[in-house]
Amino acid sequence: MTQAQFPAAGAAQDALSRRSFLSRVALAGGGLALAIHLPAPRASAAEPFAPNVFLQIDPSGAVTILSKNPEIGQGVKTSMPMIIAEELDADWARVAVVQAPIDEKAFGRQFAGGSTAIPMNWDRLRRAGAAGRAMLVAAAARQWSVAPGACRTEKGEVVHPDGRTRLGYGALAEAASREEVPDPATLTLKARADWRLLGQRIGGVDNPAIVTGEPLFGIDQQPDGLVYAVYARCPATGGRVRSANLDAVKAEPGVLDAFVIEPVGGANVLRGGVAIVASSTFAAIAAKRRLTVDWDESEASTDDSEDFDRLMGAALDGGPGAETVADQGDVEAAFQGAAKTVSARYDYPFLAHAPLEPMNCTAHFADGRLTLWAPTQTPGSAITQAAEVTGLDAGAITLHQTRVGGGFGRRLMNDYVSEAAAIAMKVSAPVKLQWTREDDTAHDFYRVAGRHGLEAALDAEGRVIGWRDHFVSFTHDGKGPVIGGETRRGTFPEGLVPNYRVTQTLLPLRTPTGWWRAPASNALAFAVQGFVHELAVAAGRDHLELLLELCGEPRWLAEGNPNALHTGRARAVISLAAEKAGWGRSLPAGRGLGLAFYFSHAGHVAEVAEVSLEGNRLTVHKVTVAADVGPVVNLSGAENQVQGSVIDGLSAMAAQEITLRKGRVRETNFHQYPILRIGAAPEVEVHFIESDFAPTGLGEPALPPLAPAVANAIFAASGIRIRELPLRKAGLQL
Amino acid sequence: MSEPLASRGTRTVTLSVNGRDQEARNVIPGTPLLWVLRDGMGLPGTKYGCGLGLCGACTVHLDGEPVRSCQVPVEEAEGRRITTIEGLAGADGTLHPLQEAWVAADVPQCGYCQAGQIMSAAALLARTPAPTDANIDAAMAGNLCRCGTYVRIRAAIKSAASRL
Repeated sequence: MTQAQFPAAGAAQDALSRRSFLSRVALAGGGLALAIHLPAPRASAAEPFAPNVFLQIDPSGAVTILSKNPEIGQGVKTSMPMIIAEELDADWARVAVVQAPIDEKAFGRQFAGGSTAIPMNWDRLRRAGAAGRAMLVAAAARQWSVAPGACRTEKGEVVHPDGRTRLGYGALAEAASREEVPDPATLTLKARADWRLLGQRIGGVDNPAIVTGEPLFGIDQQPDGLVYAVYARCPATGGRVRSANLDAVKAEPGVLDAFVIEPVGGANVLRGGVAIVASSTFAAIAAKRRLTVDWDESEASTDDSEDFDRLMGAALDGGPGAETVADQGDVEAAFQGAAKTVSARYDYPFLAHAPLEPMNCTAHFADGRLTLWAPTQTPGSAITQAAEVTGLDAGAITLHQTRVGGGFGRRLMNDYVSEAAAIAMKVSAPVKLQWTREDDTAHDFYRVAGRHGLEAALDAEGRVIGWRDHFVSFTHDGKGPVIGGETRRGTFPEGLVPNYRVTQTLLPLRTPTGWWRAPASNALAFAVQGFVHELAVAAGRDHLELLLELCGEPRWLAEGNPNALHTGRARAVISLAAEKAGWGRSLPAGRGLGLAFYFSHAGHVAEVAEVSLEGNRLTVHKVTVAADVGPVVNLSGAENQVQGSVIDGLSAMAAQEITLRKGRVRETNFHQYPILRIGAAPEVEVHFIESDFAPTGLGEPALPPLAPAVANAIFAASGIRIRELPLRKAGLQL
Repeated sequence: MSEPLASRGTRTVTLSVNGRDQEARNVIPGTPLLWVLRDGMGLPGTKYGCGLGLCGACTVHLDGEPVRSCQVPVEEAEGRRITTIEGLAGADGTLHPLQEAWVAADVPQCGYCQAGQIMSAAALLARTPAPTDANIDAAMAGNLCRCGTYVRIRAAIKSAASRL
């Protein structure tokens, strides 16, 4: 299968915009600068095309590449410029990467979410680099009076047909800027065999600044005259300030001001609360301890985990859900004709994101303009929302994109930007709003809890012939499921079991929910891939064999959709992970291997966990991962994402749970919401199948298979079946 | 907002940080060293993560010992020798072997915890130049990495130790 059969996202726009794809930009002091024009994905044809990437080569040979999307730890500030540099044939050692300003009219959408940066930008970034290279080659060929096609390039130089004479990109930059801008459709992109940079291990471009403590992050921003703020929100979602002891707070040391802010919209826009502004962060934090607020909770959340537990159980006890969300084949007949049926309930909790950099935003309102310094995954939305909250025109707002100290989906919401903007409107100096860890834990947009009543029908040969799931999730509006609480089309094993039905019950919820790394998949994988293992055990079959049989013949599950599950790719990663982990080998008592596969965000990933149990002490020794996300852009970054996803998945499944009592989150800090520590981190072995499919993202798809792989390994080691998370509920400790 | 208001109930503090005396204004009594470094001295490399000494992002050296600066009232740090991530490299800018190893191993993802990780690791290597896995896990147990870079942190510490 060749890459040409799977055009990357954005190819259609490229075709529309060929004529205005590239233009030269005059560069003071001479040199080649290219603005690459593409419409924003949702722009109408009537809107002007605007540049979304900027590449600059100056006469010294230094190459500057702007990186347009937020860097949240997923590595795009390195990997996206690598794609341009590869096609440019730049010398990576001479490339400087600069974070682009936020200007979605000019750059197209700038966000970090859904593991989309690589698939959405792959083709356009390659062509951006190739266009620059073509112009440099044309300039050299003109100088040498040879055919451009007879020249080649190598690490920042054009090489003469004689193989010896060379001209550096710097020396050619000015002449290249006078060359015709090529039609991107005519550009020849490198064959994979000719890649020099892509697929290599390249260190993060910000690493030297990170290890020396440079001020890269949102929390590090310190404009002159800065003052500091904290903000008190009602512990129960939807509560409002009735009154507060503002005068007493204002008398506290270092306090400059304290005032009430009224809510705007829902929790994702601006919660009502009390702002305290002080001359240092700690003075504000200390003063907040003296703050007493009389909250009006007449319309606030009363969500309670004990109620939810009872309601979810009752929903499953009542038979199938009232709403059918998937129904294929003849499920009744399959269960009636079954040689054996198996049923089990799976349950998982609310989770917080807990990025290590707590929410913060620095804002300065002066001369009718608002300037924001924000660590956000969605800077464009942050500007729109700040405009809504302040009443300013979005054009009067500038947002400086900072490095983000962890996203995981939390910073797709910009509530903390709204708060900083609202506070800044009342303060005559730049102000940094700082959330405490306790604020962060109490006011997140949580991964929603859920429960599944799963049933399967097996025939006499132990084949899965029927599958039913009653999924209990939550709704905010009484209509659809909350964010992250949806069943998804193509959820495993839809399309793989002939008779398949999912019904749904949605319970009312007030607590805000959001996208948590690999939304929906992070929970569904645990339920369905744990249950598939139960079926193998019930049928007396090898789990690997059953999983491969379920995949069946190689095919796309959704015809013509390159972002769908491909059973051949699935089989390949499952087989490779099993082989590399030594599936089937004999292990001492108390030790076991567990296998799981999941497909999400267009990535096919299989994992084998090797665990042992001594009493209630669980050790995860090693996790072997096989992944197919197409060609790997940055091998070091890719391996890091997989290693991190495994550890994040283990961290969440071990002991993380958000519980609610009278609308309040009970957990406050890391002692109650623990993150895995180094001693519990397993060895992680990573294998990529670098198929010729178009490359897809890797920030998320390696996380979902971890929980079922570990749960299945625990069963293999001990006979204990994990159907409820976190593991500490089963008394297990990592 | 007048200066007297900002400084009411506060004082100016002088600390010995990274080999020189540095001053911070508007410090209220009991302020953790973390916030004095960050807000008062323009040294934001030391990070806030939890405020309870649970995450290690704020790790600095106090007279050579690793401490959680969010748990050290500034009064206890006065007159003592403080080293932060900004002062770990040599005076000529030569990186500490751990900083070099961190770059070589491409440890960071988001990078937020890494200053604290490196400061804890530097204290470990100062005491135990050839640490075992168990030494590493024990010394680094107080430093959380939300991105899960532990595999590389171990490798980078071993690599730096082998070059000491």
